[in-house]
Amino acid sequence: MLKIKNNTKINRNEIPSVSITELREEIILLNKRPIGFFGTKTPNNETELFVVLADDNAGDLYVSSTKFAKNEKSYECLTKDIPAFHIFEREFYEQFGIEPLNHPWLKPVRIEQDKYEFFDMKGEEVHQVAVGPIHAGVIEPGHFRFMCNGETVYHLEIMLGYQHRGIEELILNSPSNQLAESICGDSVIAYNTAYSQIMETLQDLTIPDKAQLIRKAALEMERMAIHIGDLGAIAGDIAYLMGASVFGATRTLVINTMLEFCGSRFGRGLICTGGVNYDFTEEKIEKALKTFEKVIKDVERMVNTMLKNSTVMSRLEKTGTISMERAKEAGLVGMAARSAGVDIDSRFDFPDKWITELNLAKKNFKATGDVNARFKLRYKEIQQSYTIIKKIFAKLKNCQNENLYIESHNNLAPDAFAISIVEGWRGEVVHIAMTDNLGNLSRYKIKDPSFNNWYGLALAVRNNGVSDFPLCNKSFNLSYAGNDL
Amino acid sequence: MILVKLLDIIILLVAPFLMAGIIKKTKAFWGGRKGPSIFQPLHDFIKLLKKEMVISNTTSLVFKIAPIIMIVSVIFASLFIPLASGESIFTVSGGLIIFAYTLSLGKFFALISAMDTGSSFEGMGASREACFTSIVEPAFFITIGSIMALSGNLTFDSLQQIMSNAGHYGILIKIFAIVVLFLMILIEGSRVPVDDPATHLELTMIHEVMILDNSGSDLALFTWANGIKMMLISSLIAYIIIPAGLNDWVNIVAYLAIIALISVIIGTIESGMARIRMSHVFEFIFIMSSLALVVFALVTAKMFGG
Repeated sequence: MLKIKNNTKINRNEIPSVSITELREEIILLNKRPIGFFGTKTPNNETELFVVLADDNAGDLYVSSTKFAKNEKSYECLTKDIPAFHIFEREFYEQFGIEPLNHPWLKPVRIEQDKYEFFDMKGEEVHQVAVGPIHAGVIEPGHFRFMCNGETVYHLEIMLGYQHRGIEELILNSPSNQLAESICGDSVIAYNTAYSQIMETLQDLTIPDKAQLIRKAALEMERMAIHIGDLGAIAGDIAYLMGASVFGATRTLVINTMLEFCGSRFGRGLICTGGVNYDFTEEKIEKALKTFEKVIKDVERMVNTMLKNSTVMSRLEKTGTISMERAKEAGLVGMAARSAGVDIDSRFDFPDKWITELNLAKKNFKATGDVNARFKLRYKEIQQSYTIIKKIFAKLKNCQNENLYIESHNNLAPDAFAISIVEGWRGEVVHIAMTDNLGNLSRYKIKDPSFNNWYGLALAVRNNGVSDFPLCNKSFNLSYAGNDL
Repeated sequence: MILVKLLDIIILLVAPFLMAGIIKKTKAFWGGRKGPSIFQPLHDFIKLLKKEMVISNTTSLVFKIAPIIMIVSVIFASLFIPLASGESIFTVSGGLIIFAYTLSLGKFFALISAMDTGSSFEGMGASREACFTSIVEPAFFITIGSIMALSGNLTFDSLQQIMSNAGHYGILIKIFAIVVLFLMILIEGSRVPVDDPATHLELTMIHEVMILDNSGSDLALFTWANGIKMMLISSLIAYIIIPAGLNDWVNIVAYLAIIALISVIIGTIESGMARIRMSHVFEFIFIMSSLALVVFALVTAKMFGG
């Protein structure tokens, strides 16, 4: 397999093309975490499968590919050897119809939900609770089916795809920053950064330091805002109203700061291919720093109050626990994985130059894998983001005279392949792009962290009370739109 | 006196909503918010009465009559409880039993109406409610029954008399009885920490999920009935506290003040603690049962020990 780095461009011809049996062996031998497993159609209508594995310790990515002839309709599945592939193989099967043989659970990912037969459980005390896809609240559509034994959840099946918009095809036809930032509304900065980086890589653009720093600061602000909002949502779910109000109010301060920077509370329109559209002026930075200082103080006080409250702790502790082994096996990523002790964070695992320049390092976290861990981890990450933002803002003062962006010429390199990984607040947002011989996008693959983590949620609620599901759900806070694309 | 009786009727109409309003205001205060006016629940009630009802076509007659039976049973039960006037409308020996079982009748219809919709949520809510009720009921009977035993005639009117003349055991009996009844308000009124009236999450609800399919005036009746229930139990607490023999108007003021105070306490509790885990609710209800047994023991000691 070819070893590459994050945000580098390679020629498609460099990617080895081997037989599926060979590829399978290589993958199992390497035994790394899958972050890309997707097909594309060649001009003569064959299916080409690309595999991208991530080595988090070394910061390397491994790429390889294989071709399926027109009459080849199946291969031996990888899931039985590396379970983390289960969702990737299901997606590949759904999109290209090539069946992974002996796959334990070939359930639809996004389309044809109607044809699927859910698991069934029988017995005197057994009952099924079906929720959604239309929910009472204002949340996105998804179908949840609980197989309960009394009040205890035996198994949860999640069916998604009701938000499927065909983003991957849309991007091929009309690639734009506006589209990229609309894919998943709570990760605007992460998605737009990933998209812009990949476009810049394919055009060989190096954007000004100032633009890079502004993007990084915005990403951390997004993380802070959403994490605070989620702390509030967790408090709300356990009917601890003081927490819900305080976190709700402080989150508003953070997103309003974003509003002052770029005119959108969620950072829409801030990032463009080639740089950023809005300047973080010294005056605004000063004001933001003051606001964040207050935010951090309020969050700190509220979190400590909550962690001292026995009724709160009794709800958070040992609820929705997922063990490290399970998390690794299921291939969880991002915050959910870190809360279970799987220490992966693409900010540090696939570092850019700023990690050393700003002197940033991973922080230790005592992972217990339950809602409590996800609550505390969010708090830790809010503090960490604040530290990072302070460092970035200090650095930004030195490059006030730099340009905000460099003109992008929209000529993508032909026959190229590039990967961009951005650690959004939820976890790694992976964008992979390929161009054809004319320099047009021929395949754009997106992987949201939710794609891996939804199954983690299903595992976490097993043997918990069905009434604790909303709490577990909020502690993960996964995206429907990002998963359904 | 007629004036005071009229006041009782007004209280029955308005006080449940004011209680809800005060609770909401208290919660807003602790949350650092301004909160809606204390009359908002009353406005909501009137709004709901004017709204059209949407009735699922999988439901039967049970679903349609349940809200009416519920409200009638609650109002009927209220006739046996002394409200602001300090006297109940019906004074029957054994009023306690009529009171408890008319309330149960209403609840029974609420349960089967929830199951009538065929929704898995509502079935779940009904089974939770039935389960908790079956533990709450004995505790209520033991407490009130013990106190009534002191008077020998099982009416609520003698409550004030007995409690005023209970002697040196009286203060202990009072404290424990108040705690038991207060816990009962939290459980029956579906308040935090047992239930969360503000949640939108069907899977965690107990009472709210049972009325998920009700809309318009049906929903209004359920909300009202639930409010009256809370008020009736609060009234019992009020007359355990208020001494007998006060002037009518002083009595009314004291009564209203206690009801308001109870609402403030409920609001404060809801702001300061999280809801307990569903599987721990039983333990919470058992606290109530054990305290009820303490009341029983105290009353027994008083009756036979002198």
